[in-house]
Amino acid sequence: MLRQIHSLAGLISALLVMLIGLTGAVLSINPALERLAISVPAGVSVAELAGRVVRHYPGAEQIQRTASGTIIVYYSAGDVSGVDRVDPSSGMAIAPYAPPAYARWFKELHRSLFLDTPGSAAVGITALLMLLVSSSGLFLLLKRVGGWRQLARPLHGNRSQRWHAAVARFAVAGLLLSAVTGSYMSAATFSFISDGSQDEPDIPATTSGGTPLPAARLPALLATSLADLRELSFPLAGDSSAVYTLRIRQGDAYVDQSSGALLAFRAHSNVRESFELIYQLHTGEGLWWLGLILGLSALGAPWLAVTGIAVWWQRQRAKPRIANNSAPASADCVILVGSENNSTWGFARALHDALRQAGQRVHTAPMNQFSSRHNAARQLFILTATYGDGDAPACATHFLTNVAGIAPNQAASYAVLGFGDRQFPTFCQFAQEVDAAMAARGWRRSLELALIDRQSPQEFARWGSQVGALLGHELVLDYAPAHPHTHALQLRERIAYGEEEHDPTVVLRFIAAPLPASAGWLKSRLARHRLPRFEAGDLAGVMAPGSSMPRFYSLASGSGDGVLEICVRKQPGGVCSSYLYHLLPGDRIEAFIQPNPQFRPALGKAPVILIGAGTGIGPLAGFIRNNTGQHPMYLYWGGRHPDSDFLYEPELRNYLADRRLTQLHTAFSRVTNGVHVQTRLMEDADNMRRLIADDGQVLVCGSRAMAASVRQAMDQILAPLKLDVAALREKGRYREDVF
Amino acid sequence: MKNITACACLAGALALPGFVQARPVTLTAQLKNYAGNGAYLAVYVTDAAGKYKKTLWVAGKKTKYYKHLSDWARGSGLNAGEFDGISGASVGSGKTLKVTVELADTLIDAGYEIRVDSAAEDGRDNPADVRTPLSKQGAGKPVGGRGYVKSFIYDM
Repeated sequence: MLRQIHSLAGLISALLVMLIGLTGAVLSINPALERLAISVPAGVSVAELAGRVVRHYPGAEQIQRTASGTIIVYYSAGDVSGVDRVDPSSGMAIAPYAPPAYARWFKELHRSLFLDTPGSAAVGITALLMLLVSSSGLFLLLKRVGGWRQLARPLHGNRSQRWHAAVARFAVAGLLLSAVTGSYMSAATFSFISDGSQDEPDIPATTSGGTPLPAARLPALLATSLADLRELSFPLAGDSSAVYTLRIRQGDAYVDQSSGALLAFRAHSNVRESFELIYQLHTGEGLWWLGLILGLSALGAPWLAVTGIAVWWQRQRAKPRIANNSAPASADCVILVGSENNSTWGFARALHDALRQAGQRVHTAPMNQFSSRHNAARQLFILTATYGDGDAPACATHFLTNVAGIAPNQAASYAVLGFGDRQFPTFCQFAQEVDAAMAARGWRRSLELALIDRQSPQEFARWGSQVGALLGHELVLDYAPAHPHTHALQLRERIAYGEEEHDPTVVLRFIAAPLPASAGWLKSRLARHRLPRFEAGDLAGVMAPGSSMPRFYSLASGSGDGVLEICVRKQPGGVCSSYLYHLLPGDRIEAFIQPNPQFRPALGKAPVILIGAGTGIGPLAGFIRNNTGQHPMYLYWGGRHPDSDFLYEPELRNYLADRRLTQLHTAFSRVTNGVHVQTRLMEDADNMRRLIADDGQVLVCGSRAMAASVRQAMDQILAPLKLDVAALREKGRYREDVF
Repeated sequence: MKNITACACLAGALALPGFVQARPVTLTAQLKNYAGNGAYLAVYVTDAAGKYKKTLWVAGKKTKYYKHLSDWARGSGLNAGEFDGISGASVGSGKTLKVTVELADTLIDAGYEIRVDSAAEDGRDNPADVRTPLSKQGAGKPVGGRGYVKSFIYDM
């Protein structure tokens, strides 16, 4: 519900919020600019200032002190009238004053879109929608990260989702403040609420009518500090019945021009003071630093609108569209889906279609709909993601309660498939809870709980073959979520290792493919034949010709290195790895980038421990290559034989020599007394503990089996420090990229 | 250039004792090209000493800004009875205000003045932007203003 409100209000207001955000950001600079030009003397009375001003401006009509402290004098001299900014300590002109034309233009656009009252109304409604969007967004963000305390930790999701949440995290406070104060000001403009400006002192019916005194000698002005002044209007010369109008921070009054008495002072009401405070909080006038913060937040608005629309669109595209859904009572198989962003529905649909092709009657539904109606089915498949800090996704929030009330069907069995991201400590936690709850209720489990990392099509296909074996027929789950558009790359260099071995390795360096000569003039001008942006540790998705399922390779270079470098081991029977292994310089491939921002060395001087085996060295070598600041980096790497597959050997020697790499520890398994990398870690346990005690960070890249052995070794090594991998992972100090 | 034309009927005011005969008077105020939002104007009659007599027209709808038309505000006491039914939209930069009002004959050639106060957002307040004697002879003769008003003319 919250999400629907957020999306709907966001979509309706997106364009206007963008416009108002951008214009607001421009306006926010003004208070700071004005502030730069000011010095306000202390201990000066309004009378002194008026005296100084009148000396230079005999035709002074009005003195204003703006919120930022600028003193402005309106004057007439003969037929000429003008406005000057004056120096408060001398009363002398500094420069003619005119609010910059651009500011006026932007202000009008910001307040009313140049459409007068209808425009102001549109802006007011936008402010209300913005209030709705930012408050619902804040709740969604808190739910997503798992509470206030977790607000700063890394974010889940695809690129648009992460950007949306990251910008929201930075801008939400400012946007909320702008939305609340903006809505209030709009309500005041339309007189829905009072701004207190009607509370004027009564105009004095009579004045003393004597000979006017010079402004500098009027007691009421002598008693008023310049710091409190808002505005002083002089009486028209020669009109003995006229009075000075004095507006100060505390209230408004009139001052008799001959007696200098304060006439009819009226203090500002609370309503008026609240309005002024809110006005200040909205415009930053007199609070230049707040203005800048609000402006920066406002700059986030267009960004949030664009990424928000992208997220919404992705979710709409992934929306459940299940064709040929059998009725629950007549279905052989029931697929229950728990998804927050609808991406799990794509997998469910693929399973649904494959089961139907195999002749099953299938019913697919959100997990919350699970009831005894589904009890007739023989097979129950539960596909679920985990939301936020281990919670249920929106369409599965009642599932655990429902299960408790449904008698298990002894003839049926169930299998749970979890979707998540191994980078996060609560990886597939909800799927685990569901699996355990079903078993505890007495349901028969047909397949062990299976977990899918980052929507991996390979893992899904593997699970599919298990399901096929269970049902007694072949089941092909060929499903990959939509991937971003690809870039054309050309192989420039290929360095082969262990060619005599059964599964040799190759380091491949690609450049952006030049456009074919047949490309037209316009296309060659418009097309970017540059590399896409990426960093070492990000992933390159490559599809072998004829396959729709990408394989992911960790990048060993950043786009700044001018090449896209990956390290590929030719897998026995591996379609994509064979394809890549047999590429020759000049060959072209298509690839896309999947950012992997969690797997990167943290900023700062703390030591970085890099652990890898085999081609897992790729991203680690990339980190070392870019360590030009010579931060302490320790590499533990395991290979097979130093003569055949010591990947990156010459480079690593160079990095040691120029101190980009502090220490190198290698472990080779196919030599006499061969060891694996985890053994090397254990041997160097003292060093490891010292580095961890120094706030060290661990980055592990390699196969899943190796990563598990390394975790085990690290837990043993860390035990004397009363630490373990889980504790380090929680703080983002232990990160893995496994395949 | 857009003319803002309106007609006000002062039946109620005319019923006051002494104000028996009245005639239509057309007020035309041409504004300067200043930078800023629409100006608020108050057109009113004073005696020679500047003492407020009567409001002829107020341009600008939001009464909370009327205090910036300070001489008029002081004279009229911002009593709604003084401007009910004789107000219209504010007048944009470079635009012309043209309205026809009813004016009692007793005010003409009797030493009275027409005055215009003007004010605009983020700009100066101009009490007595325009001052011109109210006489048959002065009718049709444009006078300059010292604030936002470029020229002002009344025809009868």
